[in-house]
Amino acid sequence: MRELTYLEAVREAMSQEMRENNDIFILGEDIGVYGGAFGVTRGMIEEFGPERIRNTPISESGITGAAVGSALTGMRPILELQFSDFITIAMDQLVNQAAKLRYMYGGKAQVPMVLRTPAGSGTGAAAQHSQSLEAWVAHVPGLKVIQPSTAYDVKGLLKAAIEDDNPVIFYEHKLLYKTKGEVPEESYSIPLGKADVKREGKDVTIVATAIMVHKALEAAENLMEEGIDVEVVDPRTLVPLDLDTIVDSVKKTSRLVVVHEAVKRGGYGGEIASAVAESEAFDYLDAPVKRLGGKEIPIPYNPDLEKATVPQVEDIIQAVKETLNKKIG
Amino acid sequence: MRNLKVPEMITDEKLIELYKQMWQIRFFEEKVDEFFAKGMIHGTTHLAVGQEASAAGACAVLEDRDKITSTHRGHGHCIAKGAEVNGMMAELFGRTTGYCKGKGGSMHIADVEKGNLGANGIVGGGIPLAVGAALTSKMKEEDYVVLCFFGDGASNEGSFHEAVNLASIWDLPVVFICENNQYGMSGPVKEMLNMENIADRAGAYGIPGNVVDGNDIIAVMNSVDEAVKHARGGNGPTLIEAKTYRWKGHSKSDAKKYRTREEEKEWRAKDPIIRLRDQLMEEAIFTQEDAEKLREEAKKEIEASVEFAKQSPEPTLDTLMEDVYA
Ligand SMILES: Cc1ncc(C[n+]2csc(CCOP(=O)(O)OP(=O)(O)O)c2C)c(N)n1
Ligand SMILES: [Mg+2]
Repeated sequence: MRELTYLEAVREAMSQEMRENNDIFILGEDIGVYGGAFGVTRGMIEEFGPERIRNTPISESGITGAAVGSALTGMRPILELQFSDFITIAMDQLVNQAAKLRYMYGGKAQVPMVLRTPAGSGTGAAAQHSQSLEAWVAHVPGLKVIQPSTAYDVKGLLKAAIEDDNPVIFYEHKLLYKTKGEVPEESYSIPLGKADVKREGKDVTIVATAIMVHKALEAAENLMEEGIDVEVVDPRTLVPLDLDTIVDSVKKTSRLVVVHEAVKRGGYGGEIASAVAESEAFDYLDAPVKRLGGKEIPIPYNPDLEKATVPQVEDIIQAVKETLNKKIG
Repeated sequence: MRNLKVPEMITDEKLIELYKQMWQIRFFEEKVDEFFAKGMIHGTTHLAVGQEASAAGACAVLEDRDKITSTHRGHGHCIAKGAEVNGMMAELFGRTTGYCKGKGGSMHIADVEKGNLGANGIVGGGIPLAVGAALTSKMKEEDYVVLCFFGDGASNEGSFHEAVNLASIWDLPVVFICENNQYGMSGPVKEMLNMENIADRAGAYGIPGNVVDGNDIIAVMNSVDEAVKHARGGNGPTLIEAKTYRWKGHSKSDAKKYRTREEEKEWRAKDPIIRLRDQLMEEAIFTQEDAEKLREEAKKEIEASVEFAKQSPEPTLDTLMEDVYA
């Protein structure tokens, strides 16, 4: 099958949907001839024109609110924020407006919008351009939250996000943009709330998100050489969360490691670990759940410090071994 | 004295120093550009080549106790406020001797001791900080003025509008200086706001607004000097718009499809450094040989900063958790 990069898959999903539905448009900073901060919309203004590829001033609060208001009245906006760190500026419009309008209005309105935004560290962009703040939005009822990890997933999940009648926060990891994978040419959607077992195994379950899916898979390959068989589950969507797939996996392996790039304290891994603890999988656990996340510091600039801030393959290998060596009771 | 009308504290020696400083800024930026192109520096950077006069001119009329807030395109502001190029270059190399001990990088260089409250990775992020610093000056009667640098693009952020209004109603000692280099990342000023001058936004907040040629260091000094006096006298903020141009792309990768080569050429012909050189020669403040010597000195200082940076140690991992809390 044909291969695309993650970045090209995002662009293809948007282009295919925009050809089908004139209500869909994109707004964001520098998305026109510049092609967006990471080049995702490159070439799109040539096909769809400046009305639908709407280059905005640097006004995150205003453009997010404009997306919400247009979604409320019949458009289906895709909003691109250049770095997910800037979501802080858009927060009122997302949290107090987009997330709540339907409920507050007694179900008589809807806000079908997608906010796409690149997240994560690894590029040397330092503290204000490298964060992973997905737990902030996952906490807010009314928002859906997606973190695709592969080119195949990103295309299918983006179509589902665009078709969804709710505000969806769609995180693209910067380091994944150049990664390649097989992607069908026709449009397809992957249902929101469906986890994917990226690797089957019997000894330990790793639940990993975004870039950590790849690091977990690499760790699993290494561990296999030592005869340790790891299962890697990618939730793909944090809200809604497919807890069943995670619980089934833990029931099979009896051991759980949860890993994400976001700061560990208050991170979404805590939600996954406690949901497992509350589930029927609890009785199956042979070791305490292990959580791995970013250190509780802003992302530093120096490349060695930056790397040491977020979990690496070696840390995951270590965590899996610790989990295997520990016993409950 | 001569035809050059400059603020009273600007001596001939100061003018000569400013000429050299503009070259320091340019050479610093060109070195950084070269290192990024060669992949020797990590991360991203935003260069102020072509915009040297607004940084150097605006800071020239400040007292040492005055403060500035800067932007992602902040190397020039930093040098103009008196920072050591060694510490700046070392920061870009991520070394312990850098201004931020290797933790901040290009977008976060700050020199708090010299009154530089920092570059900023968030467009418009520094504008309210400047207002807060000016509030301190007023409440503690510290008599300093805050010079707040920001771009044309930043003037479309809510933070700009909220902050300018606050400074106005509280009569705070701030000088807002918008370096209008005609573009945000790619968004042309002509499409991103529906008025000719950003300085006209001052009217919406009841403060004075002035437009200056940002490539004319003399004009920048005079305008900022007037605004600083106004602020120090307790009369509140001013909004100055310095019209200029960035010669390089927005950041390290930019095909510059949003502008024409002709436009770039036109602005390159308005080189602010050459302009000052010609003025100083015309006024017989220095000779062409002096000018050449100063330029060489500036170049050598930047080269020395590279050596300093390269020889500085990398931070060790035990510094990772330091400085999160006071
Ligand atoms: C809140 C926020 N939005 C967007 C960006 C990305 N960005 C960095 S610089 C820039 C352009 C800023 O334009 P301007 O204020 O004119 O400054 P210039 O780059 O021209 O010096 C943009 C959009 C950012 N860093 N912060
Ligand atoms: Mg600009």
